[in-house]
Amino acid sequence: MAETKTAAYICKGCELGVRLDTAALAKVATKSGKMNIVREHDFLCSADGVAMIRNDIDNEGVTHAAICACSRRAKTEAFNFPTIAMSRGNLREGVIWIRPDTEEARETTQEMAEDYVRMACAEVKAMTVPPGNQKTGTVKTLLVVGGGMSGMTAALEASKAGYKVVLVEKTGALGGWAARLHKRVPTREPFKSPEDNGVADLIARIEADANIKVYLNATIAKTDGAPGRFKVEIAVESGGIAQEDIGAIIQATGFNLYDAGKLPEFAYGKTPNVVDQAGLEALARAAAAEGKPICRPSDGQPVKSVVFVQCAGQRDASGTHLQYCSGFCCNTSIKQAMYFKDSNPDIDTVVLFTDLRTPGNGEDFYRAAQNRGVIFSKGVVSQVVPNGNACTVKFKDLILNEDTQAEADLVVLATGVVPNSGVNIEAVAAPAEGDGEGGEGDAPKEVVATIKPESILNLTYRQGPDMPQFKHGFTDSHFICFPYETRRTGIYSAGPVRRPMDIAQAQEDATGAAMKAIQAMENAGLGKAAHPRAGDLSFPTVRLEGCTQCKRCTVECPFGAIDEDEKRFPLFNESRCRRCGTCMGACPVRVISFENYSVNTVGAQIKAVDVPDEFAEKPRILILACENDAYPALDMAGMNRHEYDPYVRVIPVRCLGSVNTIWITDALNGGYDGVMLMGCKHGEEYQCHFVKGSELGRYRLSKVGDTLKGMNLETERVKDLEVAITDIATLPQKINEYAELIKSFPPSPFKGF
Amino acid sequence: MSDLNQQMANRYKNNFLKEIEEQAEMGEWVKMCMQCGLCSGSCPTNFQAGWDHPPQEIFMMIRAGKRDEVLSSGSMWMCTSCYNCYVRCPRKVPVTHVMHGIAEYAYRIGRAPKNQPTQHLSKTFWDNATKHGRVNEVKLTQSLYFKDGIGAGIKKGLEMKDVALGLVKAGRLNPLEALGMGHKCKDVDGIHKMLAKARELEAQRKGRDNKGA
Repeated sequence: MAETKTAAYICKGCELGVRLDTAALAKVATKSGKMNIVREHDFLCSADGVAMIRNDIDNEGVTHAAICACSRRAKTEAFNFPTIAMSRGNLREGVIWIRPDTEEARETTQEMAEDYVRMACAEVKAMTVPPGNQKTGTVKTLLVVGGGMSGMTAALEASKAGYKVVLVEKTGALGGWAARLHKRVPTREPFKSPEDNGVADLIARIEADANIKVYLNATIAKTDGAPGRFKVEIAVESGGIAQEDIGAIIQATGFNLYDAGKLPEFAYGKTPNVVDQAGLEALARAAAAEGKPICRPSDGQPVKSVVFVQCAGQRDASGTHLQYCSGFCCNTSIKQAMYFKDSNPDIDTVVLFTDLRTPGNGEDFYRAAQNRGVIFSKGVVSQVVPNGNACTVKFKDLILNEDTQAEADLVVLATGVVPNSGVNIEAVAAPAEGDGEGGEGDAPKEVVATIKPESILNLTYRQGPDMPQFKHGFTDSHFICFPYETRRTGIYSAGPVRRPMDIAQAQEDATGAAMKAIQAMENAGLGKAAHPRAGDLSFPTVRLEGCTQCKRCTVECPFGAIDEDEKRFPLFNESRCRRCGTCMGACPVRVISFENYSVNTVGAQIKAVDVPDEFAEKPRILILACENDAYPALDMAGMNRHEYDPYVRVIPVRCLGSVNTIWITDALNGGYDGVMLMGCKHGEEYQCHFVKGSELGRYRLSKVGDTLKGMNLETERVKDLEVAITDIATLPQKINEYAELIKSFPPSPFKGF
Repeated sequence: MSDLNQQMANRYKNNFLKEIEEQAEMGEWVKMCMQCGLCSGSCPTNFQAGWDHPPQEIFMMIRAGKRDEVLSSGSMWMCTSCYNCYVRCPRKVPVTHVMHGIAEYAYRIGRAPKNQPTQHLSKTFWDNATKHGRVNEVKLTQSLYFKDGIGAGIKKGLEMKDVALGLVKAGRLNPLEALGMGHKCKDVDGIHKMLAKARELEAQRKGRDNKGA
């Protein structure tokens, strides 16, 4: 690379020139920032201002630029210079917009701005231009695991977008659960009658599609590699192995029904006249094939009365059965009641529910069933007693508040779903390995799998053969914000393996996952990161000479990007990396860094801040703010002119997980009076863009107290704040409260060393 | 099978629901109730008057096949026709009309509670009004005052004496109505024919023979 030449640009637009002494800022950039070129401009993001910078790059050989104007989140199109290293000093949202325009405030506001100029200069000098991941793969074939509704939809959607697809199905036929349905819940206006299950149509389209290659009776024997260059071995019907080069993977492995055999009180297994929902579909299909009405299994007589028991073995607060709702079985029971009513309106059909949940257009469907005379009753079933060829359903009617019963020829249990998500790799791994989640397991032990878990993907990753699981065994897939993003880059989950859902939702899900998988393949081919730092060209590099093989990076990486080589050193798979920096934050010897984000880029900013001596009564508070939620919230606080304390200095971090504790100790040693960390919510309802980043960061932070005690400092000086992007108005208040607390302590004894 | 067993066997069967649909005015709406309870919560008379069953329960009892309890219930007769329930029902069930329909059906087949005050008023008012095409206010008042016996009637009459005299003085009450005089409509025969025709049409619509009411 050519010789380093640094430049600082100070903008005077947006009132910066009025509120701040920009000449003084330029002087700071020259003297403390030691920048080779320093320029002021009246309107830096204008064509003229941008041309000035462009000219310096082209003709003056500027390689590093500190742009001191607005937030790094603003004017990104104007300040787009991918060939040079660039930092942004946030003088607008970070300084003048959060400070009052008064004579008294002028001095502290100017000091704040000068610090941000120093920080921007220090940061950019520690950066280099990321070259992009060189170990890319350009395979653009999508692997879809599971040939049910979700899998078939994903395959067709990807093919429509012009991509090749390999579809692997465990059984001998495509269609999954949907193929077993007599009919499906309506998907079209007027949503009043069950309609054809649609499977035959999808299968025909797949068979006619030259882009889609189907393996039936096949499973995944081995998945190796990374996005853009997966090597997948498929165990095929003949017993052999087929090799496929794959760019990205969609796991659409669906669900199994909860085992009704675990509900002895409902007489399942004691009489053939008690069936689960799948059992009723089978009866309905058999009856339709023979052109007969649906008959009682016990004696083959047509069913005259049927009772549907909702929430059988699900939504169970006691912890004995499934705790969650399966999302589709209310609509399914409505549909199944219609099978009877449509063949003979005199058949008595009773649906016993506690809460009827009819997602989508199910409300119209529900009304249509009521119109046909299906009786809906709010009741909790306690027992089903076989009674010759009939059954007595004992239940409590919650509206009439009485224990009562109903006689029925047939009882249908809505039993709920268990995700078919493979091996729970976190249960296999020892939970004691300091990842901070073992200790809180006080929740009631829950019954999850009814089938023996077998790995689905057979990943060769160090972290285990399948994707990490969320609550109840569903694959972890950023439930709140980015539903298809799992914790294995380039591998997406779709359909009921991700969360309980019906066919319509599963098809929508599959389409979304297909689009994300395509994006991941394309980005991988260009050496760029996938979500949430899509397009980022940086990637972690490790200085192996310094590595102590402590394995923290390999264990903590939320995305399973880091394996271990034969000598047990970390082996980075850049294409699997999401660039969160959790490894960098974890590394105790600080040998992991990114070209444009490292222990040094942040450390240099911390050191660049001018810390006045203890007599100045001007404390310094460092804020390390998550760039995904907290930093935008701070920017928006500025846009809304919510004022906050002038003694804080904010440094954005990629994730709380990337915070290395050395930054905190360095800051405190350097005379800062307090350090505040802002990260996303963690735990079951996490909002962290990197899923586990904020949790891991907080775990590390929980050990900082000892350091503080060792330094003889109040432990409250380091504060962890959970911030959501919506905390625009409350965030400044919390900063101010914290600043007041810090001011109540004596000044840090480390000032001036 | 004993009576009780037969009753239990009929629970949550459609028999009674079908009966209500066929026989009671607006009875076809009972199946559309989704048991949200907004009608019961909206009813201004419910708690003060101590209904046995709010509308939500009556609807559920019909679907549960509790024929005796529903037909003999006083609840439907407590409705003041304020229409709060009808206005608020998210399913647009005409609750007020359904309650009146069930009440009318129960009365028609002789299952309505005896000596129920609103029922007595309804019957008295109807007979009074349809006889001459206009309400004879003095006779209507008399029959209500003397419902519970002569002593109670005289006592009530004396209590209301000043009101009555005031009305007479203001020309709002004609004492001669007590003798069967007072105002009548111009075409009493026409009114009677109209009512007979209405009954006939109603009977045709419901497919039943014209009895009672």
